[in-house]
Amino acid sequence: MNSVILQIAEKYIRWLLLFFALTALLRGHHFPGGGFIAGLLAGLAVVFRSLAYSEEKVFRDFPVRPVTLLSAGLIMILLSFLPAWLTNRPFMTGVWVKPVLPLAGELKLGTPLVFDTGIFLSVTGVILLFLFSLKIPEKWK
Amino acid sequence: MAITIFIFIICAGLLICILRMVLGPTMADRAIAMDTATTVSVALLVLLGLFFDRYVYLDVSLVYSIISFVGLIAIARYLEKGI
Repeated sequence: MNSVILQIAEKYIRWLLLFFALTALLRGHHFPGGGFIAGLLAGLAVVFRSLAYSEEKVFRDFPVRPVTLLSAGLIMILLSFLPAWLTNRPFMTGVWVKPVLPLAGELKLGTPLVFDTGIFLSVTGVILLFLFSLKIPEKWK
Repeated sequence: MAITIFIFIICAGLLICILRMVLGPTMADRAIAMDTATTVSVALLVLLGLFFDRYVYLDVSLVYSIISFVGLIAIARYLEKGI
């Protein structure tokens, strides 16, 4: 389906989907959202691009392989366990640092953000793996 | 009181969409009825967010409308040349 209208629309809707994914990822600890929803939205952006163009083109242009995304996410989930483990707290305790920025006020950073980012990367990798292995099966033999 | 009347009107619109989805002679009619039902339910979500005073429903309706657009594109591509 080589529709020019759809390709132009994809150029803008892709950034909208990625922006919603980033919003859901960053506020997911206190509000609806989180790593899984953000991963689904970011995967949907790539699926939409593969609907507008062809799957082969998206697979060729994609900078990293889906397995790399998946394993990077899993390693990041494992890294988020380390700070609580090294300071003799119970397993998977959230460790927070709260630096005070000059204009924006207090910024809450912690291991749940690292955990959510890991889930985001691994869910995106799984969705891309589904898409590419269903549509281009000869690349995955 | 006014919001209750609005919600009844929107639910009537949803019922009409479901009727077209059941009756629709071709597959494209059903797909269009599904997309219209999604748009109507986005309006229902916004009204419920106003009624319950939860602004989170607005974000849900934004993401839901974009996802329904991508889903309709996928259905159109399936109807035209198959997956």
